[in-house]
Amino acid sequence: MKGWVIGIDVGSLTTDAVIMDEDKRVLSFSIVDTGYNSTDAAREAMTVAAGRAGLELEDVSRLVATGYGRAAVPEANKRVTEIACHAAGAVYLFPDTEMVIDIGGQDSKVIKVGKDGRVQDFVMNDKCAAGTGRFLEVMSAKLKIPLDGMGDISISARGEAAISSVCTVFAESEVVSLVARNCPKEEIVKGIHRSVVNRVWAMTRQLRVSGGVTMTGGVAKNRGVVALMEERVGRRINVPDEPQIVGALGAALFALREK
Amino acid sequence: MSEEYRSMWKDLGLDLEAHDALLAALGQGYKDVFMTQENRPKGMEYFDFVVSQVHGLRVKELLDEKAAGRKVIGSFCVFVPEEIVRAADATLVGLCTGADFATEEVEKYLPRNTCALIKSAFGFKLGKVCPYIESADMIVGENTCDGKKKSYETLGKLVPNLYVMDLPQVKTAGGRELLRTEYLRFKTAVEDLTGVKIDAARLKKGIEIVNNKRKAIHRLAKLRKADPAAISGLDALLINQVFFYDDPVRFTNSVNRICDELEARIAKSEGVFPKGAPRVLLSGCPMAVPNWKLPWIIETSGAVIVGEESCVGERGTRNLTEPKGETVDDLMDAIVERHFKVDCAIFTPNPDRIAHVKEMAGDYKADGVIHYSLQFCQPYIMESIPVEKELESARIPTLRIETDYGSEDAGQLKTRIQAFIEMIGSK
Repeated sequence: MKGWVIGIDVGSLTTDAVIMDEDKRVLSFSIVDTGYNSTDAAREAMTVAAGRAGLELEDVSRLVATGYGRAAVPEANKRVTEIACHAAGAVYLFPDTEMVIDIGGQDSKVIKVGKDGRVQDFVMNDKCAAGTGRFLEVMSAKLKIPLDGMGDISISARGEAAISSVCTVFAESEVVSLVARNCPKEEIVKGIHRSVVNRVWAMTRQLRVSGGVTMTGGVAKNRGVVALMEERVGRRINVPDEPQIVGALGAALFALREK
Repeated sequence: MSEEYRSMWKDLGLDLEAHDALLAALGQGYKDVFMTQENRPKGMEYFDFVVSQVHGLRVKELLDEKAAGRKVIGSFCVFVPEEIVRAADATLVGLCTGADFATEEVEKYLPRNTCALIKSAFGFKLGKVCPYIESADMIVGENTCDGKKKSYETLGKLVPNLYVMDLPQVKTAGGRELLRTEYLRFKTAVEDLTGVKIDAARLKKGIEIVNNKRKAIHRLAKLRKADPAAISGLDALLINQVFFYDDPVRFTNSVNRICDELEARIAKSEGVFPKGAPRVLLSGCPMAVPNWKLPWIIETSGAVIVGEESCVGERGTRNLTEPKGETVDDLMDAIVERHFKVDCAIFTPNPDRIAHVKEMAGDYKADGVIHYSLQFCQPYIMESIPVEKELESARIPTLRIETDYGSEDAGQLKTRIQAFIEMIGSK
């Protein structure tokens, strides 16, 4: 087969690859841990994805890299920011998307996007783990609840603990005192999710968008966060089956666009 | 070069070991940021030399001037009128404020959430690594923002020769009167320091020297309107930074020389970036040497910086002092008038600044504006929101950045800035 491309997203936690053919069909994808070497992780992700599609890596016609480690992919024909890639990927999956909320491992972004998939404006949190996947990770470790179990736990909560601080360090101490007071686990987790949502919600308000909202990034897998976010934005939110690979998907679209 | 100046630094009371480390870091940073640029104008060699000698030859020149009976005055702000200093045959130099140094020591004197610029000034003093502050016969502090104003109370105990200038915060007749009173008081202080009586002829000469320096910068600024850009924003920023250190007459000649070269380049449509490269205007806090982080990220991401709305840039240099009148009073009025127009964010309200950012964006054909605030710099952070609103209502894309001198946010900044450049470049 000819003309297939790879989009690769080297994130802080995972590295994801998407292989796409000329007709914009996804042939395969992979998600691997980034570990300590971005270049190796990128190679592994690409090899796994190519294997799944039954393709030889050297036959790829174009490769676009995105994500935090995009500079560490020497094979890339082009590098595009994850902001542009998440926008393009979200519109590809959900054409009604006007706003993308990407909550990643170490930062979160809210992107206003046009019908053509191009970025019109964006907001990104700076220098702080509040409102990011990292915040959830810290809390999951503190509460000894696996990260992927947090969503279900919070949905079963009847009440909700109030976590007033947006600072990860202070919020962690709040969680410690909630635990000391025997506050139910589910309620603490829901409070933690609320804190992330409030922080990101404040960012969405800077962009004033009325149309479709799509959530991407690993945190979109957390049903608890998505439910609270839907409550806040007052409408249903599109969540991809594989929210983690939207960046890589966008990168693959860029690879096709400029072939 | 270090060896021949070691005894000079020692005599100034510098901490030689710390100073070596600083120079090594500065040299490496300069190499990485400036010398990796391609096709730089030949005229930049002069400015490369000045930076390489910023703690060496230039300091020696100042010490030679002192030995000949002239005085050196150090300042932190463009409100300190160089015309008056020059009129007394003294030399005004900008003091070091562009890098973190001795931060732990600084935090014994200043709260942690003080802006990086103020902390840096203290760090260079406490770390004993700034030959300028040690050579200065007078250090002028000025009541601009609350941070600087209050920190001078502490700095006054660390140096023997601090002079504090009050400044207005409103552009009213009363504000102008305050500036006038303070400039007259400063003139007297400079006369007392130097023993020179400043008469009209001396003031005129001082105005002429400083105006020529500004005119050369205006010429450079105008040449940055060209597409393709004949000079990088980093190099142009560097020239604006050297403005504060170099001998004014030599500086003026060197800027004019590079402008001749740029004119020739423009005539041949020769550039340092491809034609049509996204054009960015920087607006906000001043960038002192070696604070090159943000411009470096912008220009290594494919955009060219076409202007700086900053005190180290057009806000600081844009107006001339009208050399009108024959008396000291008239000329002092002209100096007051000129400086009263500076639209620093300490003024309230400050509509001129927003108008100027907009005007610059148009004049330099910027595709977008990046607003730079130093963390904890209240005046500029406060203004960044109305600036952004006004620009966006004029359909000029704007990105607000808040950062400091550290490098730990470089990755995030790169992503935000590259996404901004992708956005303005695809329009």
